[in-house]
Amino acid sequence: MALVRLRYPWSVPSATGRREIPGAPARADEAGSAESETAIEARDLVRRFGTIDAVRGVTFEVAQGETFGFLGPNGAGKSTTISMLCTLLTPTSGIARVAGYDVVADRAEVRKRIGLVFQDTTLDDYLTAQENLRFHAELYGVPRSQTGPRIDDVLEMVGLADRRGSLVRTFSGGMKRRLEIARGLLHSPRVLFLDEPTVGLDPQTRTHIWGYIGELRKREAITIFLTTHYMDEAEHCDRIAIMDGGQIVVEDTPEQLKASVGRDRVQISTPDDEAAIAALRERFALDATMSEGMVAFYVAHGEVFVPRLFAELGVPIKSVSIARPTLDDVFMNYTGRTIRDAEASGSERMAASPWMRARRR
Amino acid sequence: MDAGEAALSRAPFEEVAHEAEPSPRAPGSGMQAPGRHRADLAAVRVAGGRWQDDLRAVAMVWRRELIRFSRNRLRIITSLVQPVLFLFVLGTGLSSLMGRGLGAGGSDFKTFMFPGVVAMTVLFTAIFSSVSIVWDREFGFLREMLVAPVRRGALVVGKCAGGATVATIQALIMLALAGLVHVPYSPSLIFTLVGEMVLAAVMITALGTALASRMAQVESFQVVMQFVVLPLFFLSGALFPLRSLPTWLAVLTKFDPLAYVVDPMRRAVFDHVQAAPAVRTLFAGGVTWNGWTVPIGLELGLTAVVAALFLGIAIYAFGKTD
Repeated sequence: MALVRLRYPWSVPSATGRREIPGAPARADEAGSAESETAIEARDLVRRFGTIDAVRGVTFEVAQGETFGFLGPNGAGKSTTISMLCTLLTPTSGIARVAGYDVVADRAEVRKRIGLVFQDTTLDDYLTAQENLRFHAELYGVPRSQTGPRIDDVLEMVGLADRRGSLVRTFSGGMKRRLEIARGLLHSPRVLFLDEPTVGLDPQTRTHIWGYIGELRKREAITIFLTTHYMDEAEHCDRIAIMDGGQIVVEDTPEQLKASVGRDRVQISTPDDEAAIAALRERFALDATMSEGMVAFYVAHGEVFVPRLFAELGVPIKSVSIARPTLDDVFMNYTGRTIRDAEASGSERMAASPWMRARRR
Repeated sequence: MDAGEAALSRAPFEEVAHEAEPSPRAPGSGMQAPGRHRADLAAVRVAGGRWQDDLRAVAMVWRRELIRFSRNRLRIITSLVQPVLFLFVLGTGLSSLMGRGLGAGGSDFKTFMFPGVVAMTVLFTAIFSSVSIVWDREFGFLREMLVAPVRRGALVVGKCAGGATVATIQALIMLALAGLVHVPYSPSLIFTLVGEMVLAAVMITALGTALASRMAQVESFQVVMQFVVLPLFFLSGALFPLRSLPTWLAVLTKFDPLAYVVDPMRRAVFDHVQAAPAVRTLFAGGVTWNGWTVPIGLELGLTAVVAALFLGIAIYAFGKTD
């Protein structure tokens, strides 16, 4: 994403001559000089909960203006990492800097520069959408003259302008999530953290939310850090890091990652999968694994290979499918299993997530 | 010619001046336009951190309490049921048990109970308001407040101010019933009572906030009710005179901070009703320390100190919450 040199919007002369003007130039300089900086920087981050290592040594960097995604199954340590970056959780060891400030030593400075959208809703159900936003604007010191227009802007952006006066308790899950995203943006943070922004939402709402995030990347000069366990959603990121078992397995752009797999994924179903796997190894020297009840393997040109497969495998084939590489395959390539298989085995690790504990309380 | 030239030369100048300084009569809109046109891309900014920002946070947290209170009409009505029952059912029952009034003017035991019941309204509303923090925690909104770049003290002060305001408003509704128990609507009496109500409300809200900072579950509210609120209420002298009690009970009442607010309120009421001197001494004789009657000024000063202490504890405790 190209970086655009920005002017500090609040430094324009105030209509009412309020006192934000004297403070503004200094802040504008700060905003300007920070552009070249790395937005997020983590080195050897570790977090332990008792005997469980939720995050075991994570190192990465996110540039200003980038949209960076953490992709991994539930329990991979994504939420724990994000909580450490947001200063909500102290790392057991390692260093993290957000917007140039240490998340432990300069907690307050970090908090002034970030926006948060949590997995669980943190709205006041008994206030209206607009009142929730106003509350946020006041607590984050949005200049008074800007509060109204800014609230209009973000409500418009997430398509809730016509529901601004409704109590939040009357909102659906998707509307609440949109309102939370709008609120996370309201104070124009340098880095916006979205922890599973689409979890538990129906496909249509998920598509909408990604639409807003895309819009946001066009309109706001902010860095977005998000976590997701939906493969297809990771495609929206400039760069992704695949996380599994508390570690980053691989990190690159979605295109590069898919190119690194390079081969087509073939899935067949047979009456005798064991025999099929053995036959694939003997006759084609292919390493096949069971995945979601099918025999799966990779070949360079699937469409050319399949006729040979039927002719030479020696095991009857009930069905066959060929797919171009997806992030699912990237995940499988680097971890040896699909993300859904990983979810099934990783569910007990969820107990380590502070969010899950908070929700259960 | 001269005039035209002058007009021509002035016109651009005026336009520039206008651009640089949008009309002060249209705040909002004047700001919005330049901000929007500067770039399609909105810039980032650094939030909060100055003392003005903390003040805005205090005001906003306070406002939220009032919005939530005004929106919950049912709560306003139901909160009135209990004090009304105490005053008119228990009060009437006890009055007839005593068989006579307190003196001339038709005042009776209900007159005695009235300030106590007003204090009770303050107590219950204030505790309920401040302990709502536990609900905020349960429903996640507390996290929205705690991660904001404002001092925790600002959140606590806003919460206490809001709770105290709500409790005072609720008690004002009870105060409006004064005439029914033969307490006159004297401006000086009402002024005094309202001042004392505010003081009591601040103290109780601060206490509730301090307790709520350590409460993780909604169920803990019951514990607070049984172990804190009810003892505070029963020992405060709201329902019976604190004179001529057995020693063990008399000693306990001296440690109830609410007693030092109920007493001045009652003495103020008795200043405005006619009662025989003996009756007055029995019912509104004041709190005594080892036989010495504590003056009203000291009682109120003590309440203020206790309120400040609770507030300090609440701010400290909230600084530790995550």
